[in-house]
Formats: sequence, structure tokens, C-alpha cells
Amino acid sequence: MSLPPLPDAAIDLGVHAGDWRAAVRFAGNALRRSGATRASYTDRMIQVVDEFGAYIVIAPGLALAHARPGPDVLTDGLSVVTLATPVTFGHPHNDPVSVVVGLAVATPDAHVNSVAELANVFNDPLAIPALANATSAVDVWRVLGIADAADDLAQPAL
Amino acid sequence: MKIVAICGAGVGTSAILKLNAERVLDRLGISADVSASDVASVATTASDAQVILTSPELVERIPATNADIVVIDNYFDTDELERKLDEALG
Repeated sequence: MSLPPLPDAAIDLGVHAGDWRAAVRFAGNALRRSGATRASYTDRMIQVVDEFGAYIVIAPGLALAHARPGPDVLTDGLSVVTLATPVTFGHPHNDPVSVVVGLAVATPDAHVNSVAELANVFNDPLAIPALANATSAVDVWRVLGIADAADDLAQPAL
Repeated sequence: MKIVAICGAGVGTSAILKLNAERVLDRLGISADVSASDVASVATTASDAQVILTSPELVERIPATNADIVVIDNYFDTDELERKLDEALG
């Protein structure tokens, strides 16, 4: 069981989003930039909130933006966006949101496993504030336990 | 004992709820079958469930049911899950 790939291109820190739609769009754009999704997946992530409400805000300060698998998911992927100013999604307890994690998976089975892996990370109550304060991709990878990517960057090959 | 975790799309947040519910039930020493589903199919998937776990945002979309509806605010707070599941099952 492991998290979907989170390349540097899928990490966007300290962005200025005017509202929740813009925040989700940043997460979608990051997934698209990394090659995980096409633009329509971003629209579908926004539709999920339009249809079902702010339930994707699953913990204080954290939104898990996602939609069902579909042809606009090219490969499994994760994105991490932090907001310079937290935005309100409309959740009764967990607003405002400062971290948006975008999730795309190609098949439902992969979805269950990779989402479960996120639980391992975020069951640590320090993980969300640590992500919100991240200033580099290496910080983000460390919080998510993606040690290899962080090590590769921290110790460039000689 | 059957427990169903519900989310909007059926493929995302319900998986987190399912995993953490399993952990908590293990801690409580309760044996249960926990599954993940979406709000559109809850009427069938949860027809024989004792407990439905979900977000405060989705409660009003769940059709009339005999199951206890347990609303979870923080999906990563296993203490909250433990307290609420213990109440519902106790």
C-alpha cells in the first residue's frame, strides 16, 4: 500500500485562492501539471462539492479534493496545495481550509488503497499544520512520509 | 454487525472512514464488517447495516433507515470515532 505519486510539479505552496472553487482548481491544475489528469477532472472535483456539499473537508483545515475515476485520469496522482489565506468551504466544523490535497486514481480499487494510506499520514494531528506551514516540496514529502523523493533532492548524486 | 461508511462519490473519503473505523473497532474489541459506499446507493448497501458513518454534510441525504447514523467531524480523529461508535454500539 502506498500513496500515489506526488512529483514536485503537483505541489503548489502559499497560493492565493479567493474561494473554495479557486482552491480546488489549484489542486486540479497541480494534478494536470504533473500529468495525472486532464482539465475535465478538475471540473469534476468541483462538481462533487457542488453536488454533495463540503463533506470533502474531512478534518479541521484539510480538504480532500477528488472525483470518481474516469477517462480524464491518466495515471494515479496526488497534489498538495497550501493557501496563503484559508478559505471557507461551508463545513459546519472543519472550516477554514488551509490545505487542499488533490487525489486522482484510475481505478476504484487503487483509490481505496491509496486513500487508506493517507489515513496513516493524517491520523497524526500534527500533519495538517505541518503541511500548512511547509515552505518547500521537501517539507511536504517529509510530512507525507515520502522519504525517498526528499532524500534524492537533499543529497544530489555526486 | 454491519457498518457502512458513506461519502459523496463513494471512492474517496469513505475509504478513510472505513479504515479508521476498523482500527477503532479493533481497539474496542468489536467484530464488525465495515464497508465503504456512496450516498446514492446507501439505501441498498446499508439496508441491513446497524450503523452508518458519515459527514455532517451528507446526513440529510441519507434516506430513512433503521441504522444508527453516526456523524463524524474529523475523519482522522480516532478518539472521536471511538467515542461515537462506542455510544452507538454500547
